[in-house]
Amino acid sequence: MAVSEPIIANEKDLGDSELSRRLAHTWRQPTGIWGWLSNTHHTTIGLRFMVTAFIFLALGGVLAAIMRLQLVRPENSLIGPDLYNQIFTMHGSTMIFLFAVPMMFQGFGVYVVPLMCGARNIAFPRLNTFSYYLYLGGGLVLWGGFLTNTGPDVGWFAYVPLSGPQYSPGHRVDVWSQMITFTEVSALGVAVCLATTILRHRAPGMTLNRMPILLWEKLVLSMMVIFAMPAVMVASGLLLLDRLVGTHFFNPAEGGDVLLYQHLFWFFGHPEVYIIFLPGAAIVSTMVSCFSRRRIFGYTPIVVSVVATGFLGFGVWVHHMFATGLPQLSESFFTAASLMIVIPTAVQFFCWVATIWNGKLQMRLPMLWCFGFFFVFLIGGLSGVMLASVPVDTQVHDTYFIIAHFHYVLIGGALFPMFAGIYFWFPKMVGRMPDETLGKWHFWLFLIGFNATFFTMHFLGLRGMTRRVYTYLPDLHWHWLNVLASIGVVFMTAGLLVFLVNVMRCRRLGRVAGNNPWGDSGLEWGTSSPPPAYNFLHLPTVNGRDALWEALPDQPVVVGMRDDIRETLVTHSLDANPQHKDEDPGPSIWPFLAALAVSATFVGSIFTPWAVPIGAPPVIVTLVGWLWPRGHSPPLPGEKTWEH
Amino acid sequence: MRRRLQLGMLFAFATLLVSCAREDRILRQPPPANQALNTIQVSGLNPGANALPIPQTPSMYEESAHAVSEGQKLFDQYNCTGCHAHGGGGIGPPLMDSNWIYGIEPGNVFATITQGRPNGMPAFRNRIPDYQVWELVAYVRSLSGQLPRGVSPERPDHMNYKPSEQSTPKQPPTGITGQPEQHQ
Amino acid sequence: MNPGGLLAQAAPLDPGRHLILHPGAPQGSHIEWLYWLIFWILAVVYVLMIVAFTRAGARSRADFIQPLPVMKNEEGDRKARWAVGSAVAITVITLFVVLVLSVITGKQVAGLTSKNPVTIQIMGHQWWWEVTYPNPQADQTVITANEIHVPVCTPVVVLTNSSDVIHSFWAPSITGKRDLLPGYSSAFWFQVDQPGTYRGQCAEFCGLQHAHMGFSVIAEPVDQFQAWQQQQLKTAAEPSDDEASRGRAVFLTHACLMCHTIRGTDAGSRAGPDLTHIGSRRMLAAETLPNTRGALAGWILDPQRIKPGAEMPPNSLAPDDLQALITYLMSLQ
Repeated sequence: MAVSEPIIANEKDLGDSELSRRLAHTWRQPTGIWGWLSNTHHTTIGLRFMVTAFIFLALGGVLAAIMRLQLVRPENSLIGPDLYNQIFTMHGSTMIFLFAVPMMFQGFGVYVVPLMCGARNIAFPRLNTFSYYLYLGGGLVLWGGFLTNTGPDVGWFAYVPLSGPQYSPGHRVDVWSQMITFTEVSALGVAVCLATTILRHRAPGMTLNRMPILLWEKLVLSMMVIFAMPAVMVASGLLLLDRLVGTHFFNPAEGGDVLLYQHLFWFFGHPEVYIIFLPGAAIVSTMVSCFSRRRIFGYTPIVVSVVATGFLGFGVWVHHMFATGLPQLSESFFTAASLMIVIPTAVQFFCWVATIWNGKLQMRLPMLWCFGFFFVFLIGGLSGVMLASVPVDTQVHDTYFIIAHFHYVLIGGALFPMFAGIYFWFPKMVGRMPDETLGKWHFWLFLIGFNATFFTMHFLGLRGMTRRVYTYLPDLHWHWLNVLASIGVVFMTAGLLVFLVNVMRCRRLGRVAGNNPWGDSGLEWGTSSPPPAYNFLHLPTVNGRDALWEALPDQPVVVGMRDDIRETLVTHSLDANPQHKDEDPGPSIWPFLAALAVSATFVGSIFTPWAVPIGAPPVIVTLVGWLWPRGHSPPLPGEKTWEH
Repeated sequence: MRRRLQLGMLFAFATLLVSCAREDRILRQPPPANQALNTIQVSGLNPGANALPIPQTPSMYEESAHAVSEGQKLFDQYNCTGCHAHGGGGIGPPLMDSNWIYGIEPGNVFATITQGRPNGMPAFRNRIPDYQVWELVAYVRSLSGQLPRGVSPERPDHMNYKPSEQSTPKQPPTGITGQPEQHQ
Repeated sequence: MNPGGLLAQAAPLDPGRHLILHPGAPQGSHIEWLYWLIFWILAVVYVLMIVAFTRAGARSRADFIQPLPVMKNEEGDRKARWAVGSAVAITVITLFVVLVLSVITGKQVAGLTSKNPVTIQIMGHQWWWEVTYPNPQADQTVITANEIHVPVCTPVVVLTNSSDVIHSFWAPSITGKRDLLPGYSSAFWFQVDQPGTYRGQCAEFCGLQHAHMGFSVIAEPVDQFQAWQQQQLKTAAEPSDDEASRGRAVFLTHACLMCHTIRGTDAGSRAGPDLTHIGSRRMLAAETLPNTRGALAGWILDPQRIKPGAEMPPNSLAPDDLQALITYLMSLQ
């Protein structure tokens, strides 16, 4: 595989093995339980995000299977309405909050971005670790609640007044609201880490104009997260105040407003789905370029499209509220905005066609999944155009047509690229290739099952079947379509099982992968698979948009970095010129302890307001421990440091 | 790794067993657990030197937040508010104070609602199903903070007339004399 | 009693029209027209894109070796720029067309108005529909539940409200849905041109029995509608025989009167649906059961079997009492 091993290291430096030994020692992470808890390396945390998110995907899928079993017959009595309500709420909440964002944004971002930037670790590694534990805590709280009959039962967006204090007694909705807080703080933390890494830790030579599309997308996404997550925290926070403290934000009798909740929630909710879709699109851009063996066509239009989608995504939220009787002029505005946001996505699609058209297509496994994305997401996107139109939406809103639409865009736009990305970066993560045959079985089983289930739902919606119904009457002629939809689940499950077999087997027994088995151009392929604890033996530099393809035969590397302390290079935001060197804080137990303290406070506040003053001191203690200044390692003689 | 997985599954199963009674929705109504209804005592006096312990009538409905919330809804629907207002009383005595004329035990309150009482309390036997009376009993007891915080209703969605039962301080019963008494 | 079995026996009754693409009303037809137009535009787009991807893939497919990346393709990229540019332009124009058509249809749908409409107030409850035909005179106000009668070809204005949580009023074959929001009273108009029964269902998740919260709109000629209205204004029919009298006595001495109204008797509670003319309704329990003796008996004895979580409690009645009660209720036409 010599042809795919571009040389980025200037091997004038004799003693590479000595350098790698020293770096491995400097950047080592401790072992044992303590070591596991205090690990701050991005590859480990990124993998943890992905594995945890995948477990939640499986759990959410089990819930979906139970729902489909219940709906296979009219007036079925497999599960009653209370459990069904909990199940569909848990399914939506798990998939959106505990799987989609943690996998697409946090998992892929934390793992790939620092490697793609050519950095040794993510920026703010302890914040990154803290974000993971908080996410895990939120997931455990929600599922712990569900397993103790305290799972939310009001839908994943929990409209008031149904989720308010009077119509949702007990603590089910409180558990849901606090889970939101957990996961959104976690996302905010990772957003800060990724944005900083992308802006300040890029390899020298990687100007903004030469950034891979995936880095642009993660940057835009980080900004979207920073603006969108606070909106849902406000919505869930006000709901918690109404429920636990006795405020009247959403109580019309005392001057509150039920629509306020919807506006606050959907102001977050719509950017959220773009937060889920844009990573998929960026993964596809990466694959399309790699497997067409050429640079992506329309780099600038695609980047502009990603940025535009990020902005426009905040301007369309009212299309979730077309049935509420808002004034016609306002609704028309949001129709126009919702149609406008199609344009950037269309630009990306056309650029992908052009790239493949003028390239040399290699139909490898990840590319197969990209084609699946094209065929599936396009249906969802086009049905979205239908939904942008108010009259049509007033008919199909809250029916199975909508369920079909959003599953096509979410599964097509996130799950298919996710599988593509997993198969693509699998060799980098574990050092072995996934099995192509098993991967193809996985693809076809999943594609067939998915379409059987969700294409059918378009028809169910047009025949009047509303959402969130635990059963239906026999004489409405919905029976056979529901049977078909339920059969699809069998195929999808089979596909996922094949995937698990593939991953588990090939972790140990797959064909050994070299540094760059796919011949891609990203910097992450310029180091070994899996990467060592220090990521790169020598920090690389970049000569063009496709780093490894446009690298010179003697592409320079960064020299002058110390190998006895954890030194990182900080570069300029725009042109990535080296600015100064910084020191990575290394492994630390404090993020875990802080996450524990914060989790305890959040969970306790569900049951008593005293949890807040009681929980605050431990949080403060852990934050003090975390932030305790330890200074920098002493400089080498003659080294320039900041003079204050 | 395998051990961690096994521990995780054990934890999951264990939590299943600890299902939270507070969140139960009792949709198929079982009969009340304690059949001591016919032996409800209204007064603590009895012949003989020793006071007999008064049978307690704990109610499963008081462990379910949903049941207490149903009681709150029924309190309004069945027009208890017509005489008792929202606990403050009017034509009828207040229910959120510490003065329990006919006893504080769930069985006592059940008897009051089903049998009626002199001077205006109608008898709702056969008009309100038993399980709904138990739900009303649970709610009435929550009006003076007798129920734990977690199952008491939070603020209702209408005009705010008093703090929610959830944050009502517990009023230990005093009976007619105004002096603290044993539970009747 | 197997609830599935009971409801399966309900099967022969035609539920009423409930298909979006089979409307019987002008607004539904406008929306259907727009739906098909957008659908065909988008279908063409989809086919073109699939063809583009397939052709792109097929024509550039290379063997499973790993060629070096193609770094320059000036000619191909130049053509691609034209192609992509044109595609984007066509997309923008298509979206603009969709926008214009959508706004026009929206105006058509919302443009229904009249100086002399039939006014209906719909109040959503968990899990039934309170239907009122208001009138300045109280004794001319019709109050019923779950079954709405309208005259054909007459504009109807619906004033929406909710007594508890958000519901959504949706009759697919008539027009689009409108949410019933507590604290808001929005008005929407509809008109039905083809006589018949139109089924609707609540379309906003509202709790345990959201799945069984249906209603029907019965569109009939004007004279039939007025006759129905006059009948609904009357107080309850007096019992015509002993059994019905006994039934009324059962109603008034059991839990029924705590929640239901039968005008002309002592039962006046507004917690549950008005039963003054229950005998005349097509279906029971918010379009869940047919209005037959058997279904009514099953419903009264144990509503929780059929709609677990519904507000109505089970009632244990002696068989003779039950039969008498049903006779009485069925006589309330």
